[in-house]
Amino acid sequence: MYDSGKILIGIIVFLILFTSPTWYDLVFGTPATKPNLVLPNKADQKECVMTTEYMRDNHMELLNIWRDDAVRKGDRIFTTASGKEFEMSLTKTCLNCHSNKAEFCDQCHNYLGVSPYCWDCHVDPKTVEIK
Amino acid sequence: MNILFSFFAVLIIILAVIIGVETAQLEFLFGVIIPYAAIATFILGIIYRILKWAKSPVPFRIPTVTGQEKSLSWIKSNKLDSPNSTLGVIGRMALEVLLFRSLFRNTKTQLKDGPALVYGSSKYLWLGALVFHWSFLIIVLRHFRYFAEPIPSFVIFLQNYDGLFQIGLPILYVTDVLILAALTFLFLRRITDPKLKYISLSSDYFPLFLIISIAVTGILMRYFAKVDIVSVKELAIGLFSFNPVIPNGIGIMFYIHLFLVSVLIAYFPFSKLLHMPGVFLSPTRNLANNSRMKRHINPWNKPVRIHTYEEYEDEFRDKMKAAGIPVEKE
Repeated sequence: MYDSGKILIGIIVFLILFTSPTWYDLVFGTPATKPNLVLPNKADQKECVMTTEYMRDNHMELLNIWRDDAVRKGDRIFTTASGKEFEMSLTKTCLNCHSNKAEFCDQCHNYLGVSPYCWDCHVDPKTVEIK
Repeated sequence: MNILFSFFAVLIIILAVIIGVETAQLEFLFGVIIPYAAIATFILGIIYRILKWAKSPVPFRIPTVTGQEKSLSWIKSNKLDSPNSTLGVIGRMALEVLLFRSLFRNTKTQLKDGPALVYGSSKYLWLGALVFHWSFLIIVLRHFRYFAEPIPSFVIFLQNYDGLFQIGLPILYVTDVLILAALTFLFLRRITDPKLKYISLSSDYFPLFLIISIAVTGILMRYFAKVDIVSVKELAIGLFSFNPVIPNGIGIMFYIHLFLVSVLIAYFPFSKLLHMPGVFLSPTRNLANNSRMKRHINPWNKPVRIHTYEEYEDEFRDKMKAAGIPVEKE
């Protein structure tokens, strides 16, 4: 083999780069941070606006539609499949049941590095003191 | 023919995983065993290739240069295109690896009315390749949000800038659009130019189709056929920390994506994709052009018996003098 020193350095760099997820998880890994959702416990509100499966996959799309309907079309009433009516409002409707952002929204968002821009405008009522 | 062969090869791969996971419930095979086998093939295969390349002797300097070599002090030399030092070689390699400088020099030859043979610059391949490779790199790095917990800050940084335009929700990533555009161009380029189509092989189309289907399944998962990404991350971290787990109900699209990626990385050491490590071991790029400054001796030269003029004269001085031939030493 020729230039064995350089070849060896190259192979080591290749190995470190391509196995970096393993090293990273070994060195910095905190496997206990799996999302742990605290589900709402409200007697008067048993039903979400959509099914759990739909909300898990598509809540961001629904919120986007709500934003457009409410802000751009002025249509603020959402009717569910079972005929119930809800106000299209993140703060008043969603956060009314899912009242703890840190224990619900942030769980998955932080786990998967999602930084939704909802909170650029909306506030989490729990964390803001109303004067 | 080549196109159809590659197309059906990718199609069979996709069908195999659909049948395997949907019908035969082989989640563990497609989610754990095959990815591990693919990663092992990839790593061992590439090391094997590098060692094989390293066994080839390169006794002489054979850089292909496109600039003035360093010679006399008053002749301006080109330090990057004809490097004579290690630093110059590093600079040249960096430009080659990061910006594909040699593709930037692509030319095309056209026969125009006249008839006249016209040579012109052709930058489209360079642009398409650059867009594709950089998008692919950013997309791979973005995937570290599934590989690492806590998520490294560079991933968040990349996500923020990739989704800078905040189009739709989930936010559209610019690299998703760019990689599909670049791959489409790279494919169309092969089939629209008759000369290029003639020299294109299955091994050119197969990786192209494979990467297109990887990108498409990834985009489908993000925007249309959603999968449970919390479980995806659980599986990914399980794989990387050698604690494999198969969470329930991830969604078939994920297994298709994962199997296509496994095929890609297992195919890597046997294909043209080896240009990734190969570019670093290209003697025409990684050697300094210093043949006139430094003597490079062929390592397997047999010792040659030589008889210098001085020795010759010593041997025949008397006879030379007697014959009236001038000698250097009296």
